Amino acid sequence: MSDFFSQGGYAFFVWGAYGMVVLVLVAEVLQLRLQHRTILARLGRLARLSQSSRPE
Amino acid sequence: MTLNWFKFASPATFYPLAGRLTRPFWILTGVLLVIGLYWGFFQTADQLGGSNPQKEYYRIIFIHVPAAWMSMWLYIVLVFWAAIGLVFNTRLSFMMANAVAPTGAVFTFLALWTGAFWGRPSWGTYWDWDPRLTSELVLFFLYIGYMALHSAIDDTRRADRASALLALVGLVMVPVIYWSINCPDPTQCAALHQRSGLGKIESNILFSMLTMTLAFWMYSFATSFMRLRSIILTREAEASWVQELLNREHSR
Repeated sequence: MSDFFSQGGYAFFVWGAYGMVVLVLVAEVLQLRLQHRTILARLGRLARLSQSSRPE
Repeated sequence: MTLNWFKFASPATFYPLAGRLTRPFWILTGVLLVIGLYWGFFQTADQLGGSNPQKEYYRIIFIHVPAAWMSMWLYIVLVFWAAIGLVFNTRLSFMMANAVAPTGAVFTFLALWTGAFWGRPSWGTYWDWDPRLTSELVLFFLYIGYMALHSAIDDTRRADRASALLALVGLVMVPVIYWSINCPDPTQCAALHQRSGLGKIESNILFSMLTMTLAFWMYSFATSFMRLRSIILTREAEASWVQELLNREHSR
């Protein structure tokens, strides 16, 4: 197992490359989920606002 | 069976479709990532011989090459949708182009980053103004420029057309990257990137590399569809179908 993590002494380069890929891809997905929720919440608030101000 | 493709060109019909497609693409991404990474780390030799011996760090190839391929492929996809939008003036095509760009920029950055971490142990440097590195860097700036130009223009339709034009002109970089090898014969000079072919690669390495490429491709579909949904919602906020959707979401 430690052989796997040390990658023949090149752990810094191998995991430095793979780590950045994981970091950036995960960050992109989290940002997308957050963005979608924020937009839905904002539009929902606007819709309810315009409905309540409309005379029945 | 006749399928009316123009039906899907409407944001209102594509929004739920993109939502349904996201999950299968995530599942494909996960499966392919597991296979590709397992094969790359456990079914390949620790070291490669040859005139330029490569130690364990060559395993960066399983993310570096797929990321570089996706950076070029997604640019072609971006330009395709931008061109369709310019010719047919369809709203959804511009939104597609917009949705692909950030993922393309991400893969371009990752190609550069993983390349630097491979370059340091194998060439002795993180960076060099080698033609391929330089042209890939220009591609990164093109993605950034496309997104920056789009967000700098307030009128969405003008922003769409102006940035589509920029993307179209930038397409010239893709073949430049592809043919950017300044040393045709590696025995004659020190070439950083060398001419190669899929047939020259050891079959286990090739298998992992292609599996990872497919995984990144499926990832690109998933993230682009997610982003497309947000873009559609923002741009169509006034449309009645969005209002109905919001009412349903709220009453749930």
